[in-house]
Amino acid sequence: MNKFVVQNLNFYYGKFRALSGVTLTIPDRQITALIGPSGCGKSTFLRCLNRMNDTISGTRVEGKVLLEGQDIYERRVNVTDLRRRVGMVFQRPNPFPQSVYDNVAFGPRALGTVRKSQLDDIVEESLRGAGLWEEVKDHLNQDALSFSLGQQQRLCIARAIAVKPEVILMDEPCSALDPIETLQIEELMQKLKVNYCIVIVTHSMQQAARVSEWTGFFWLGELVEFDSTAKIFTNPSQPLTENYITGRAG
Amino acid sequence: MLKGDLTTRTKTYQSEAVIESLIRVLGFSTIGFVVLIFLFLLRQGMPFFFQVPWANFLGTRWYPTFGLFGTLPLILGSILVTLTAIVIALPLGLATAVFVREVAPNWAREVLKPLIEVLAGIPSVVLGFFGMNIVAPLVRTTLDVPTGLTAFTGAIILAYMALPTIVSVAEDALDAVPKSYRDAGLALGATKWQVIWRVVVPAARSGIVVAVMLGLGRAIGETMAVMMVTGNAARMPLTLDSLFRPVRTMTATIAAEMGEVAQGSVHFQALFGIGIILFVLTFLINLAAARPIFQKRRRGGLR
Ligand SMILES: Nc1ncnc2c1ncn2[C@@H]1O[C@H](COP(=O)(O)OP(=O)(O)OP(=O)(O)O)[C@@H](O)[C@H]1O
Ligand SMILES: [Mg+2]
Repeated sequence: MNKFVVQNLNFYYGKFRALSGVTLTIPDRQITALIGPSGCGKSTFLRCLNRMNDTISGTRVEGKVLLEGQDIYERRVNVTDLRRRVGMVFQRPNPFPQSVYDNVAFGPRALGTVRKSQLDDIVEESLRGAGLWEEVKDHLNQDALSFSLGQQQRLCIARAIAVKPEVILMDEPCSALDPIETLQIEELMQKLKVNYCIVIVTHSMQQAARVSEWTGFFWLGELVEFDSTAKIFTNPSQPLTENYITGRAG
Repeated sequence: MLKGDLTTRTKTYQSEAVIESLIRVLGFSTIGFVVLIFLFLLRQGMPFFFQVPWANFLGTRWYPTFGLFGTLPLILGSILVTLTAIVIALPLGLATAVFVREVAPNWAREVLKPLIEVLAGIPSVVLGFFGMNIVAPLVRTTLDVPTGLTAFTGAIILAYMALPTIVSVAEDALDAVPKSYRDAGLALGATKWQVIWRVVVPAARSGIVVAVMLGLGRAIGETMAVMMVTGNAARMPLTLDSLFRPVRTMTATIAAEMGEVAQGSVHFQALFGIGIILFVLTFLINLAAARPIFQKRRRGGLR
């Protein structure tokens, strides 16, 4: 089952073309990793999938991004609905400067859930889902910024899954974290992929190899190769990919 | 070569030391002047609190010619006018700041921000004049009250004076909210307005409090415009309708009576006594304004 089908995607920051002719399919309930050197357009591509690029003025999209068959760039698409279905976790943990509870409850509240008991349930369920419940259940009213970065990042994941999305986009979610915290996030991803489609951008090839089923290699705004992770890391078909994963280029 | 380098560095150190001590002298003398002014105020005003019995200066009647120095109506008058001004100015100022920062297109923001800051420079006499001739008649006819020179009129003028400060400082506070918070909110499927009211404004809360406090600090000490539009009747503003009746503030009392009292008389000391009360009030407000800033610092910088 495919979650996203991307066809011939071009993306422009003003006149600068950051993505050209990207075509791929992203399967549901699996982890897809995007790798490539700095500035090759990984984040830009990821942000095309939930239209976060809309917040940057002067940008333009060509081509198609189909979410379960529906083009998300069609005019009648409601962007807030799209983003509820396609959640995102950022590079730097960015919880709101509010309590743990309010962070997780933000999305459901924005959706109109106001009943306290209902919110309580969602908050607990989401924090359990992000593997954070045991650590924070006695500190729900504490300022989210007072926790460690790893905890903050898991809080951001909890916040994202609180609106019950179908997809979770992660842009280098571990780059600000230490190895133990990174491991926790990776284990969490393995648990989450049972229910979610996950797309992760990473600079760590070991991480891509460890966590993902599929890997896409970007180079200068183009998708050079997209295949199963095993194939990419053992027997890539493009020389460019091979050079990159063996550390001879990039 | 190396040695030469070292001596030039010493020279710059020397000139830096001179500049540094100069700055230090200037800094301390500024503080010194403030202290001197306060001491002067204390010397002139403190006797009042000892000469006049408590019951008198905490009384409700201010008739200096009859030896009645009740400061309560003046204090309450100031508080009533100032609080009402804030009640008017806070929502307006916050809404304007949100508009300027979040809604207005870039070019409009670049025009609006300096324009609003220029408004802060309008002399208060001019505003008082405007208040007397335009606002007061308007208040009188629309609210159908005996006179348009009321606490409410004063509050409107004061709100207008506090607005530029509130808008400007609050806008800076909104601007300082990191983009990552907005992104996080939008990525959760919140609308632009939900992000503004539930993420950006709360995140800028301490800055907005500072904005209001700074506006308030200016409002409570304001004299000229208030004296011109509040009617200056020293009555206790205790009933519900006192907002729409004349009041007298501390500042207006000092300004109006200082010219005609005999130096050294009890009345003279009483005016300085009011000055002390005003000073302490303003000081407390500024202290309260500074508190959130210090708190943030301790927690490791504004994020
Ligand atoms: N807001 C922007 N405005 C203009 N150009 C941008 C913007 N964001 C990114 N770019 C450009 O688009 C290209 C792709 O950037 P992108 O951030 O997608 O790369 P990336 O692969 O995520 O890199 P990194 O690994 O460093 O995060 C880069 O050349 C970058 O300079
Ligand atoms: Mg990136």
